Parts: sequence; structure tokens; C-alpha cells
Amino acid sequence: MSAPEAPVIRLRGLSRTFPGTVEVHALRPVELDVREGEFLAVVGPSGSGKSTLLNLLGLLDRPTAGTYELGGIDVAGLGERRRTAVRGHLIGFVFQSFQLLPYRTATENVELAQLYVARDARSRRLRAVEALRRVGLEHRLDALPPTMSGGERQRVAIARALVNRPRLLLCDEPTGNLDSRTSEIIMELFEELHRSGQTIVIITHDPAVAARAGRTLVMRDGELGSTAETPA
Amino acid sequence: MTRTKDEDRGLPPFSRLRLRDGLGEAIAGLVQRPGRSVLTMLGTVLGVGAFVAVLGLTSSATQQIGNAFTALTATTVTVQDRTPTDPSTTPVLSFPPDADERVQRLNGVAAAGVWWQLPLRSPSVGTRPAPPGESARARSVRLFAASPGALQAARPVVAAGTLYNQFHRGRAEQVCVLGAGAARLLGISRVDNQPVVFINSTPYSVVGIVSDVERLPDLLLGVMIPESTALRAYGPPRDSPARMLIGTDVGAARLIAHQAPLALRPDRPELLTAVPPPDPHGLRDEIDTSLSGLFLVLAGICLVIGAVGIANTTLVAVLERRGEIGLRRALGAGPRHIAAQFLTESTVLGTLGGLAGTAIGIGVVAVVALAQEWTAVINPYTVVVAPAVGSLTGLLAGLYPALRAARVEPLEALRT
Repeated sequence: MSAPEAPVIRLRGLSRTFPGTVEVHALRPVELDVREGEFLAVVGPSGSGKSTLLNLLGLLDRPTAGTYELGGIDVAGLGERRRTAVRGHLIGFVFQSFQLLPYRTATENVELAQLYVARDARSRRLRAVEALRRVGLEHRLDALPPTMSGGERQRVAIARALVNRPRLLLCDEPTGNLDSRTSEIIMELFEELHRSGQTIVIITHDPAVAARAGRTLVMRDGELGSTAETPA
Repeated sequence: MTRTKDEDRGLPPFSRLRLRDGLGEAIAGLVQRPGRSVLTMLGTVLGVGAFVAVLGLTSSATQQIGNAFTALTATTVTVQDRTPTDPSTTPVLSFPPDADERVQRLNGVAAAGVWWQLPLRSPSVGTRPAPPGESARARSVRLFAASPGALQAARPVVAAGTLYNQFHRGRAEQVCVLGAGAARLLGISRVDNQPVVFINSTPYSVVGIVSDVERLPDLLLGVMIPESTALRAYGPPRDSPARMLIGTDVGAARLIAHQAPLALRPDRPELLTAVPPPDPHGLRDEIDTSLSGLFLVLAGICLVIGAVGIANTTLVAVLERRGEIGLRRALGAGPRHIAAQFLTESTVLGTLGGLAGTAIGIGVVAVVALAQEWTAVINPYTVVVAPAVGSLTGLLAGLYPALRAARVEPLEALRT
């Protein structure tokens, strides 16, 4: 109770059950607080429920029970239009497969994230360029994704996730498609973002990636296990 | 509830997509796959092109028919004798002897005269007085009684000699004028050697040969004698009724048709029927409907095929681009933004197809008109409506795919 401000993420009894002849408890009731500026890694084997947690955190799925406060707002019970708005404004996604539009330049891909917040074209462009500079891609502004390396593509995706200055950067296996050297570069980028105060949640099955985070949660059989603070 | 209010205060504003950005995204989506976009458009291009070409060609063709119509038919009035031509009764001629003069006095009449087929059954016609049988060569020569006014009204081109006139008519002279066809059949090509044609052994001096007529083309195969001569020699018409041919000034025909029976027989105008030229508007409408109906149906089928093509391709694109749709949803696009994007894409495709189709349709009309030496006529209304038809096709075709796209969940982005 001594926390000076509300956590960015506050989960209380959040669970997800998939109905069927045999109910699947993909996520058993979870209690979790993620503080502003925290760098959290969720690790676990396949089928442990970490993707379900990510989908719930990213408002890509609805919980069966429990509450989810994002930035002090209870978002679990919001209507679809509000959830869409929260996704667009408060959450930045980084996917394993980058999810870049192949026909759009790096800048245009970053601009895409600002399309639905109705920013005008000029400031979209300026912010996109600034975000790309932040991830060290100022020399690849007009490059098309197919001409870029995996690391460059993921950095474009990170720039796109950051461009709306989200409260939460949500990453799903961000280094899953990258070699170890490139993974290292991407992880350094995350650490840098963390140092600048960005709240980051990374879902990964790679212990090496998890080791870079400030705190690691282990998931097993739909339950959040030990939480360990790793020394920064 | 105050809590809801507080929540609302902290919530970000709803996602919005500017109209310009939405249009830009749709066009970018099309430009990224130019080959596919062009192929998708093809159905609409064909449908709208056929639509414009059919309407343009029918209106152009109708215009040509209209021109021919105006030049000749619109100034022709025929007055027909309605006296029953029953062989058992004594034939009568309802036209008065001064019929030509009566009608020619009407304002707007250029020339008028009575004519009929001579009431002769298998007449012998030849250049010599010969017994029947010898005249077989000239069997197809037809015999007409025609007043000088009727000859004038037919607007003949005199190839040799002259037409008979009021003098011959007044004296019921035994003279004749030959149509070019009859002259050839009879072997007469000049009149300066004073040829004679025998009808049933009665001689008629040939005063002139007519090479062409604008009205009554039947006369070209005929031997024409003054109607006074015919009445005296053969009596009134029997098998086919007498008619009066009236050439009028432009625009006067319908009025003359109304006045002529009264002028001819003020006592019993009902004995005569005047046939005015058909109303040009009615004529054009008839041609319009009969010609264009079938082709418009074909154009409609093309449009439906075009719509199905767009719907199909858009649907395939939706399925293919589930990842992109999911990404956009994750980035804050609402279902309606996604629907709007795909609907705009299909509508833009339809509009482009409509524009291209209109251009091609106009081109087809222009080329055909040039080849046929017509004046190309395209209703400006068509040019405005046709691209809109394309847009509408695209819009309707995009409805279902857009709804499907709107239902794609953002989770899709993570699955691909």
C-alpha cells in the first residue's frame, strides 16, 4: 500500500476459461501489479497460458472473471469501442512475426499506428521519423520490409509500437524469429526503453531474454508461479 | 454513477479515421496489387462499357433513321379512297375531278395529285400492237393512272423528254410517261424518236422517261397515263383504291392530313382517309425499345458478372489479409473502420471500372459512328450515370466482404 502511484497494470482474480465438453482453464485467477516503468518478463513452456495472459493484457480477448485495471481504468468490462480505443492509445504491440505491411515503407508502417487516432499527415510523419530514429533506423526510413533484415524489421515494429507513446509496451516473443546476435541488439533496445521509463511486458519462452528483465514471472498450467526480482 | 464518469474521464477518445486517410488506405490497398485490381475491374468495365455503347449506338442509329425520316416521310401525306371496292358494285371515284387543284390551294402543299392502278387484268403492254402472248416480256410493267400533280408530288428525275401536264390532262390525251424500269423492259431509252407504247392495242405516245422518284418508287416500274385519259378509257379504279399523294412543306404534313379530306369532299369527308406521316417521336421510341432492350439486358448481365467478380476478389482479399486486418484492429481500428476500408476499396474499384467502361463505351460509339458515317449521339446523362452505376456495383459488391472483414478479431494478428 506504500506505492506512491497506481500501478500501470493491476489484475485481481483475472481468469480465462474456454468452454467446451471439457472446460480448459487457460488462466487460473491471477493477482498481479505492474508498476510504472517496470520491465516484466513472463516465461513458461508452450501451453502454459502465457499467450492467454498476453491476449487479456492486450485487450485482444475478454476474461471469464476478475478485474483488469490499465492505467487506473477498469478495462475488463469495457465495450468493444472503448477497448479498441484503449488498444490504440495505451498499448503498443510487438509481435514475433513483426506484422509489417510489405508494400509500405518503414515510415509508412510506423504511421499506420497513428491512423486511427486521427492525427494529421504531417505530424504522423514527424512522429514516425522520430520513433524510427529512436530505434536507430533513421537511415532506413524509406526501406520496404522485404529489403530489411529481421532485426531491422523488428525495430520498425518497436518504433510502430512506441509512436503513440503507450502506457504499456506488450511484446510477444519479440526475439523468436531472430538470431542470437540480433536478439541481443533488440534486447539492448528494450533495456534502453526501460531506462527511459517505458513500462514493458515481454512474453517469452527464452530464459536468456527473461534474464534481461527487471522481474520474471513463471507460468505453468495456467498459473502464475514464482515472481523473482532480477537484479538490474 | 460517478465511477463511470471518472472512468470516462481517464479513458482515451474513441478511435477515429479521417475520411482522407480512409480513402488513402483504400487506394493504397488497390495500388499495391495493380494487376489484380485491373482484373477485378474488368467485369465492371465490360458491363458499363456495354451499357454506354448500347445506349450510344441506339441513340446514334435512331438519329440517322430520324434524319431520313425528316427528309422525306415527314412531308408525305397519303389520302385514300375509302369507297368499298366490291367487284359486284359499280366502282366510283370519291375524288372530285378537280382534286389536284383543291388540295394544291391549301397552304403548305408543295404538290398533290391522284393516282391509281389501271383496272386491267393481264393487260398486254408492248411497243407494237400485238396479240396476247407476245407481251410476256413486259408482264412486270405496271400501269398507273396519275394526274400531273401526282407525278410532281413523286418528285421525279426526268431522264428524257418531259412530264405530261394540265394540257394533256384537260384533253385526256393518249400520252404516257415511263418509269426507268418499265422503259428498260420495253426497250425504250429516248423520246426524240417519238416511241409509242400499246396498252391492249391502244397507242400512247411516250412523252418522257423518269429515271428516279423520291416518293412512290412503284412508279419506276410503271407506265403512267393522265387520270382523265384513264377514266375515259378504263373507268374508275376497281381492285385497289385511288389515292392522292401530297408532298407538303416541312412541318405542314399533319395539318394537311387534317384538312385534305374536307377540302376534297366538303360534302362527305368521311369517304376519304388521310394518312399522315408517323409521329417522329413515337417512331424513335419504338426503335429505341426494340433495339436496345436486348442489349441492355446483356449489359446488365455483364454488370452482375462484374459485381460478382469484385465481390469474389474482395472476399479473397479479406481472407488473405486477415493478418493485416488483425494488425489494424490491434493498432486501434474499430470494426467499422475495417468495413469502411474494404467498402471504399471495392467502391473505388467499381468507380474506376465505371470510368474506364464509360470511356471505352464512348470510344466504341465514336468508332462505329465513324465507320457508318453517322453522327455519334450520346446522351450526356448517360456519361454521368454510367460511372455512378460502376460505383454502385462496387459498393454493393463490397458489402458482404466488408462485413466479413469487420468480424475479423484482432487475435488474428498474433496467429499469423
